[in-house]
Amino acid sequence: MDQPIWITFIVAFVIMNVLLISMAYATWFERKVLAAFQDRRGPTRTGWHGLGQPLADAVKLLGKEDLIPAGADKIVFRFAPVIVFVTAILSAAVIPFGGTIELFGREINLYITDLNVGALFILAVGSAGVYGIILGAWSSANRYSLLGGLRSAAQVVSYEIVLGLSLVGIFILTGSLSLKSIMERQAETISLGPIDLPNWFILSQPLAFILFIVAAVAETNRVPFDLPEAETELVAGFHTEYSGFRFSLYFLGEYINMIVVSLFASTLFLGGPNGPGSDTYWGLGLVWLFLKALIFMFFYVWLRATIPRFRFDQLMGVAWKVLLPLTLANILVTGFIRLIANGEVF
Amino acid sequence: MAISTGQSARDDFRDIEQSPYGKPGEVISDTAAPTGTLTVTDESVLDSGEHQMTLNMGPQHPSTHGVMRVVLKLDGEVITDCDPVIGYLHRGTEKLGEAHRYAQITPWTDRTDYVAAPLNNLGYILAVEKLCGVEAPERAQYWRVIMAELARIASHLVWLGTHALDIGALSMSLYCFREREMILDIFESFCGARLTTNMMEIGGFSRPIPDGLVEQIRNFIRLFPGRQQEYSDLLTANPIWMARTKGVGIISPEAAISYSLTGACLRGSGINYDVRKAEPYLVYDRLDFEVPLGEHGDTFDRYLVRMEEMRQALRLVEQALDHVEAMDTPMMAYESPYVIPPHKGTMTTAEDMQRHFIWTIKGFNPPVGEVWQTIEQSKGELGYYIVSDGGPMPYRFRIRTPDFVNLQVLPHMAQGALLADVVALIGTIDIVLGSVDR
Repeated sequence: MDQPIWITFIVAFVIMNVLLISMAYATWFERKVLAAFQDRRGPTRTGWHGLGQPLADAVKLLGKEDLIPAGADKIVFRFAPVIVFVTAILSAAVIPFGGTIELFGREINLYITDLNVGALFILAVGSAGVYGIILGAWSSANRYSLLGGLRSAAQVVSYEIVLGLSLVGIFILTGSLSLKSIMERQAETISLGPIDLPNWFILSQPLAFILFIVAAVAETNRVPFDLPEAETELVAGFHTEYSGFRFSLYFLGEYINMIVVSLFASTLFLGGPNGPGSDTYWGLGLVWLFLKALIFMFFYVWLRATIPRFRFDQLMGVAWKVLLPLTLANILVTGFIRLIANGEVF
Repeated sequence: MAISTGQSARDDFRDIEQSPYGKPGEVISDTAAPTGTLTVTDESVLDSGEHQMTLNMGPQHPSTHGVMRVVLKLDGEVITDCDPVIGYLHRGTEKLGEAHRYAQITPWTDRTDYVAAPLNNLGYILAVEKLCGVEAPERAQYWRVIMAELARIASHLVWLGTHALDIGALSMSLYCFREREMILDIFESFCGARLTTNMMEIGGFSRPIPDGLVEQIRNFIRLFPGRQQEYSDLLTANPIWMARTKGVGIISPEAAISYSLTGACLRGSGINYDVRKAEPYLVYDRLDFEVPLGEHGDTFDRYLVRMEEMRQALRLVEQALDHVEAMDTPMMAYESPYVIPPHKGTMTTAEDMQRHFIWTIKGFNPPVGEVWQTIEQSKGELGYYIVSDGGPMPYRFRIRTPDFVNLQVLPHMAQGALLADVVALIGTIDIVLGSVDR
């Protein structure tokens, strides 16, 4: 549905601000959930249940001195956090938050753009984000940062492959790379005898779902794959030398990445905004999408509270020896089923 | 421009011309500085053309358990050389001991291994009692066992929490400190202090057991096994935990003996040596407990050994408490001339007050001689060596701390390990820098 460019700008503006605010509250959510796991209370002093904590953090980070190490490559050092932040924000451009709605007598698309290669766009932008990490690590002139950057490079290269290939099954079933088509495809229902099930890809592609989640956790550098910033080995990894606002750009980038990956996973596997009543009320669709993304965010925190960190060689071993063969097998099986369903074999 | 990070107190670095880490405060020229684009190819970083990088871990690194410094040579992430540098927390406890009267030294022993202060107190007090020929009453000995074993659990909880945290299990440290808090509360009820307890006295205990303490300990005995099972559930069968600890930092039995390891580091390699069994002190020979042993000598076995030691320590606490609960005998060996007389009349009669004053100001003069007393501390064999010249202060005061000796094995274990393993290895030795540096 075509719409005037200024409406798209407004939608983009709203989405970006919602993303930034939800990022701020993602940190609050993580702290609170982690505190619950760890038998403590989390932030309580800044406002009701510590709800003002993200604001206090932002003020603190903006007020910090901006330190640049003497030996740093200053241009790259300044530029690197921006890459992480921009690529994280950019991925949100193709996430559909719903279909087309009518508001104030105008038709408005609840997405910024419907790229026909939307899924590939997210993967591509996600892997571009790692340049920010590697360049930041390289330019800090710190050996811990350097090791963090090298780990990040190796990790992203390995898990990017798994992440991309785990989605091929869905592309085979949908016949499209557009996230909007994938979302619309999942609005259908499949009947299994007396019960109607939503055609969510988590049901038809369960293995791909698990593989995608594992790879996504690695892509966002979260526990147990948080090796680039393994604080007990590498102090703070790639952002050891960063402070103040530049550090907060990395921080923002990480959490926005988490949110985008959660939205991406909800769109791909859990039907996106589809849910009871979402056909009639578009607002309900947004609520469903939010709740689905929240499940993934909770999962991220759950992992962080529960399990230790992999070692570098084990991380690579998991990617190449376990996950990659499984994704390839998944593609093979899905492809065969598709061919059989189309009546092209047997 | 870069400034080298300072100079170690260790002897071989005193000749700063020879120091591989630069002179203290020396400004290394711009070309030698590890700039972003030159880090790996720089001559100062590479050692004779090989692809090695020197990484200085500590003394401000979060995982070195205080202020230890490890100088690593890395080939990629593989460690080719590991050199622990200690001395950043050296406070001269042994020399301080030679300038303080016997009763004044106990607080200094708190500050060596500050996570297990009652055990340090105990070793020192036993050494002084051996020197003076004092034997504490039976009831006091049982209470000493209770406090020592609780301190062992408290110390192992700090080890478990920090070790798991180093490997990335974030929540474990908070769970462990929650239970340690209960033990510290017991210490607080017993002696008024939590960390630096200064709990043991020469001759027994001069103060009565406070009301409610037994119930407090019983409560801990009831709660702790379930809590420890939770830790086990989170770690023992966790594939990532196993991958990170099994086969990492293997110490063969021969190596364990030749490095004179003690404690869980020795028993993890399968050698049955526990001072409580080998040379029983206090009433350990009357109590029933087992010494857990490892099989492979790796980090996972040492983890299992320490977990089992906590269970056995709890058994000991329970047995001793059962035994001592109904006892109403004296707690202090007042009949000995080396034990401070009762405080009873200090506030009312002049003679008692004067005697107490003289005792406090001058202390007592033990017989001439030397004494060596070891106990099984939470980290290994803790020994005190005291030489007395008959004066009120020791002529020589020496502490053999277990983690100082155990730390020697770190380069042996780190050879060929990965960078991430170093933190696991430091954790598995269970060091407290206050104890290593003294």
